[in-house]
Amino acid sequence: MALTEERPPLELAAGDEPVRNPLGAFTRPSSSYGWRSWLTTVDHKKIGILYGATAMVFFALGGLEALLIRAQLAQPNGQVLDPQVYNQMFTMHGTTMVFLVIMPMLAAFSNYLIPLMIGARDVAFPRLNALSYWVFLFGGLFLYSSFFLGGAPDGGWFNYAPLSGVAYSPGHGIDFWTLGLQITGIASLLGAVNLITTCLNMRAPGMTLLRMPVFVWMALVAQFLLLFAIPVITVALFLLMFDRLFGANFFNVEAGADPLLWQHLFWIFGHPEVYILVLPAFGIVSDVIPTFARKPLFGYPFMVFSGIAIGFMGWGVWAHHMFASGIGPVSVAAFSLSTMFIAVPTGVKIFNWIGTLWKGKLIFTTAMLFAVALVSQFTIGGLSGVMHSVAPHDTQQTDTYFIVAHFHYVLFGGSMFGIFAGIYYWWPKIFGHKLSERIGKAHFWMMFVGFNLTFGPMHIVGLQGMPRRTATYPEGMGWDLMNLLETIGSFLIAISFLMWVYNVAVSRKNPHAGADPWDGRTLEWATSSPPPAHNFDVEPTVEHLDDWWHRKYGEDEQGRPVRRERFTYLSRVDEASRLAGGDEPDVDVSAIHLPSPSYWPIVLAIGLPLIAYGLIFTYWLAALGGVIIIAGAFGLGLEPSVDPDAGHGDHGDHGPDEGHDQELAEVGAASGGDDDEEAS
Amino acid sequence: MSVSEQTAAPAGAVPEGAAHVAHDATTPAHHTSTGLSNEKLAMWLFLGSECLLFGGLISTFLLYRTREVTAGPPVGDIYDIPFTSVSSFVLLMSSLTMVLALSSIQRADHRRARTWLLTTALLGATFVAGQVYEFTTFVREGLGYTTNLQGSAFYTLTGFHGVHVTLGILMLLSLFVMSLRGRLPSGRAETVEIVGLYWHFVDIVWIIIFTLVYLIPA
Repeated sequence: MALTEERPPLELAAGDEPVRNPLGAFTRPSSSYGWRSWLTTVDHKKIGILYGATAMVFFALGGLEALLIRAQLAQPNGQVLDPQVYNQMFTMHGTTMVFLVIMPMLAAFSNYLIPLMIGARDVAFPRLNALSYWVFLFGGLFLYSSFFLGGAPDGGWFNYAPLSGVAYSPGHGIDFWTLGLQITGIASLLGAVNLITTCLNMRAPGMTLLRMPVFVWMALVAQFLLLFAIPVITVALFLLMFDRLFGANFFNVEAGADPLLWQHLFWIFGHPEVYILVLPAFGIVSDVIPTFARKPLFGYPFMVFSGIAIGFMGWGVWAHHMFASGIGPVSVAAFSLSTMFIAVPTGVKIFNWIGTLWKGKLIFTTAMLFAVALVSQFTIGGLSGVMHSVAPHDTQQTDTYFIVAHFHYVLFGGSMFGIFAGIYYWWPKIFGHKLSERIGKAHFWMMFVGFNLTFGPMHIVGLQGMPRRTATYPEGMGWDLMNLLETIGSFLIAISFLMWVYNVAVSRKNPHAGADPWDGRTLEWATSSPPPAHNFDVEPTVEHLDDWWHRKYGEDEQGRPVRRERFTYLSRVDEASRLAGGDEPDVDVSAIHLPSPSYWPIVLAIGLPLIAYGLIFTYWLAALGGVIIIAGAFGLGLEPSVDPDAGHGDHGDHGPDEGHDQELAEVGAASGGDDDEEAS
Repeated sequence: MSVSEQTAAPAGAVPEGAAHVAHDATTPAHHTSTGLSNEKLAMWLFLGSECLLFGGLISTFLLYRTREVTAGPPVGDIYDIPFTSVSSFVLLMSSLTMVLALSSIQRADHRRARTWLLTTALLGATFVAGQVYEFTTFVREGLGYTTNLQGSAFYTLTGFHGVHVTLGILMLLSLFVMSLRGRLPSGRAETVEIVGLYWHFVDIVWIIIFTLVYLIPA
């Protein structure tokens, strides 16, 4: 790319402002290759890959914790884990899978795909994007460091008060939990602001809101949910942190506090969180299924508006998590009703997917298998979800394995299967080659069987009353066989994950897949695989929903799609893609400016865990972290987004005066918002 | 966060697009799909998120203000309403000076803009100083942070707001210094406007807090 060219420093015209290197600690990085470039990258595609890779590492860790739990429960009176350690395992398993796997995985897809799908060159705030990744990573590492610093959190992933107070959880585990999740919360909040701005502001000409792919829509709704849900849990975590570290009384029942406050705050966040976790997965399958059913999505506007409806209604159902806590008959009735209602837009989605599949020319690739599995498994999870809206039923099931079965069908059978559908579908776009379909299908079937074997029987033992979050169960309860099956199933899931890892490893040598291997419908397939740093050589002008499809296909008299003989890609592509009928645009890409890499995001992010360690161990560390954050914020804010020193091609039209304007423009904006992340 | 990160997306692929973006970087609003600049939209979104943050803290305080306290005075007994009214008035006036700063910089009157920016920061600092004085008085009267429920809720809510004001002051001072060094031309008046959005938001939150927490009796 032009970005990496060596170039002498800009010569300053008279009266021009000298180029500054704010707080001059580092020279600006310029490399876009090699491992260092990953530390300083602001490219949304690289950040997306970082998010995905990190999330998969955490998926392995969370999976290991799950295997330990299942090993413990394989037989009655299990001896594998100490009850204390068992508590840490299920707490960290839940926290990891929700906050460090599914959320970042969806952030990975959103980061990588949203700009490509709406025809943008990058997200609205590329360095902010890098910052949210590093903040997320350090938050996750901070949380996991608790294992080596006195024990992990052990109060369950929702850490109910007063169990989470100092009196009942005297170790540092819960402190790591509150601080770690506040840090990852900052990452999510920054990401939400960035991605919403991107969706709303960075669309290519003609890309109206109702021409955006469903994935973009669902990701947008999820980001709005994050924007409003994250501050609520931040308040809860904040209060709990003050209780534990500074002796406040928010959850101190002796001082008259109300432990239900925690439950309300947690679930006002927690229920929208469910949709944050699942809506983008819905979006993924809404793009995968039409591609492999060879039909447009059935009822696109219904799909979009049901997603929005879920987003709104998701705020009115939180207390169904609290039916057993004595919130009173009026509240219970109201939340029962709202919970039944929210099944309606979800049902709309299920029927629209079925309508898309109906009479389609189905091609069962691995991605399609995962997508169809999501539809069926999420339906099972959704149905057991509606069962919980019936309050007496819910009261019976509270704290049993029935609940565990329900939310695993939703989050694993739904979100994770959707994520794997997305991984197999977009892998050739991201890395240029397909994953092996043969191994992929084996992976799918192994995971499908393992998943259902693990979580299906939990419905039964749950209805029989087996309590969750209990380290052992006695013999003779009739649960032995089912638990053994569940444990076997969980190891099958582990094997299937290893098959995926193997697939990733061996598929590296697969032939290049071409720009558009699946005959896709949306704009990301109109550029090369992997896309160039600037995404598109020509900025697309969008005329249709599924614009890329319409560029490739016309209609005959009967309205059947007919492939055009020639159509034009939006970037230079490989030879095979050209031979398949695609022309290349003929443009000069050296004029495209991209934001330059920066050290500041990673520097700023490192300050946050320092503050967190400092709050737990010694305030000196916190002071150091604070200094780093302030320096980082000013560094990031005062540094121009596009490095004036970096070469971006020698085109004569870029006179010194214009360069001056631009630098002023970018520098001048600097400290305006640069304190947002501190404020949050 | 840095509002400076306008990406190069608008810079079309055609070679003359480069000159185009360099000119128009000062008026980014014309490039976006909504017509609102990325920075301003981002600030609005952030403020939307902040509403729920303060909403959670205010709800917590309202939940606990009516509870019997087990030790120390209830916070309602030690309010100094006249004093807080004055400091609230000071904060409200800072919104006025913020508007004057913006209008000055839009007219490229940089000397006045700096005066008003500094005045806004000073008024904000006066408010924070008043809060520090109020806190120390309350502690002297027996309401510490850990004394009772109401103490914890009161100090957390108002302290959190005070931190927001302090960050706002930092932003204003940064703008002041940038303007002194000639790095805040009137073409970048929007930066002042965005900081102003934040500042007015923090003000409005204080009006809500002052009404709900101080004025309406428990």
